Amino acid sequence: MVVDSTALYGLLALMFQFFNSFAFIVLATVGLAIIFGMMGVINLAHGEFILVGVYGTALVFHAGIPLPVAMIAGVAITVVFGIIVERTIVRHFYDRLLDSMVATWGLALVIAQLLLIVFGSSLGSISTPMGNVAYGPYTSSIYRSIFLPVVAVLMLVGLYVLFTRTEFGIKARATIEDPETARAMGIDTDRMYVATFGIGSGLAGLTGALYAPALGSITPDRGSTFLIEAFIAVVVGGPSVIIGTLSAAGLLSVFNAVGSFLAGTFVGQMLMLLVAIVALRMLPNGITGYVKDWQQRRRAEE
Amino acid sequence: MSLQISNLSAGYDGTPILRDIDCTVADGEIVGVVGRNGVGKTTLLKSVMGLLTPDGGRVEFNSTDLTDEPADVRARGGIGYVPQGRDVFPGLTVEQNLLIGENVGTGEETLYDRVYEYFPILEERADQDAGTMSGGQQQMLAIGRAIIGGPDLLLVDEPSEGVQPSIVQSITKDLRRINEELGTTILFVEQNLSVIQGLADRCYAMDHGTIVDELDGNELANRAQLEEYLVV
Repeated sequence: MVVDSTALYGLLALMFQFFNSFAFIVLATVGLAIIFGMMGVINLAHGEFILVGVYGTALVFHAGIPLPVAMIAGVAITVVFGIIVERTIVRHFYDRLLDSMVATWGLALVIAQLLLIVFGSSLGSISTPMGNVAYGPYTSSIYRSIFLPVVAVLMLVGLYVLFTRTEFGIKARATIEDPETARAMGIDTDRMYVATFGIGSGLAGLTGALYAPALGSITPDRGSTFLIEAFIAVVVGGPSVIIGTLSAAGLLSVFNAVGSFLAGTFVGQMLMLLVAIVALRMLPNGITGYVKDWQQRRRAEE
Repeated sequence: MSLQISNLSAGYDGTPILRDIDCTVADGEIVGVVGRNGVGKTTLLKSVMGLLTPDGGRVEFNSTDLTDEPADVRARGGIGYVPQGRDVFPGLTVEQNLLIGENVGTGEETLYDRVYEYFPILEERADQDAGTMSGGQQQMLAIGRAIIGGPDLLLVDEPSEGVQPSIVQSITKDLRRINEELGTTILFVEQNLSVIQGLADRCYAMDHGTIVDELDGNELANRAQLEEYLVV
């Protein structure tokens, strides 16, 4: 059997394109999904939370600190920032979906303007580590196409373990399901909300830290790049935080990768939006909402 | 004295429900609160648990003033709570629901062996989602969850509601055993005559948000007298 090497290289390029897109959607989405799924708050400042991670990492890196340490600092800065925001603003908007959207949208504007005023229109970029892999006529960034997808998968596995296998995760889920009963069972729900928001912020910070060397230019308007795809993925994925993120990222990335590979990034993005619209038309409660309804129907039939 | 409630007033969003409630529950006692729908029985239990902020009065437990303490502090201080309608966490397994209950009480020891002895079905279905169990099984889980941390006082809100009669009988006996074997003081509210008569050492009758009568063991045996407070 003769294997057409051009087709093989093309397939490999498509696969890397998929990994790249999958990692971006998962990493951009997971913090937003946790805060929405666990606390009923849509954080429209999520993109700016990621930017705090990007700026924190870049500023520490440009001060002469090695990149991995700068990334850890970026995450820590975002966690502290997130906890301050939760205690001062977000805690007043639990289970007030529309109010929380307006408040966090305003917060997003304030953060973006503050970054512009304090650090100017752009920060010095950080070169992407790990180099490229070349195959036939194609090249792919090892960092974006291999390292970040591996981190994204590990993050989902870690979160699954955290929320299903640890005492903290079980208490957090109990608090989300029924805060009043959780309080009556001795759970300090206030502390659970702070911790959950801190985790969501930390994940946003981690995304910012990981993408700081992969963004090219670091500008205060990059938050929306992350928010749009995260928002689409949360809505398409539905109520289950981890399975929803995984399924939405998988579905959207396939179409984004194929579109981008065949006709360029713009077409890939448009195709992804189109799929999101069709998915929401057919599955108004998202993928995991549909699966849940189907399971309930099956159980009722039994 | 285990629980002392003095001049307690409470309500929802400015609408008063409880007015100047005075009652006591001694160590090791089982005390019932009876009354028709809407007289404030659940509001009373919620106020004792700290799920409602009182408009006035005082709640003392083991000589400590709990009036301003939130529900989680009261639970960790030794008050277990079985809500009306069970309110198990439906998306968590039976075992995970019990794990949550470990927070109730001082946390010195957990009573898994006892809970599984009273309610063997919980051990058999440890990995099942609580939301998929029947009403009676959920009630057993709610009671097991409330006692697994070894509370001194157990508040039980209408244990018979939505549960089939044979299971109601069994749950009544189990609550009695919990009181006798674990020494747990119980304050419960109920409208089911057989549960009240089978469980309570004495009873308070409520009407329009106040205590209107107190019935001792002999008076509880008088069905007609009890029905007076239950029939609409």
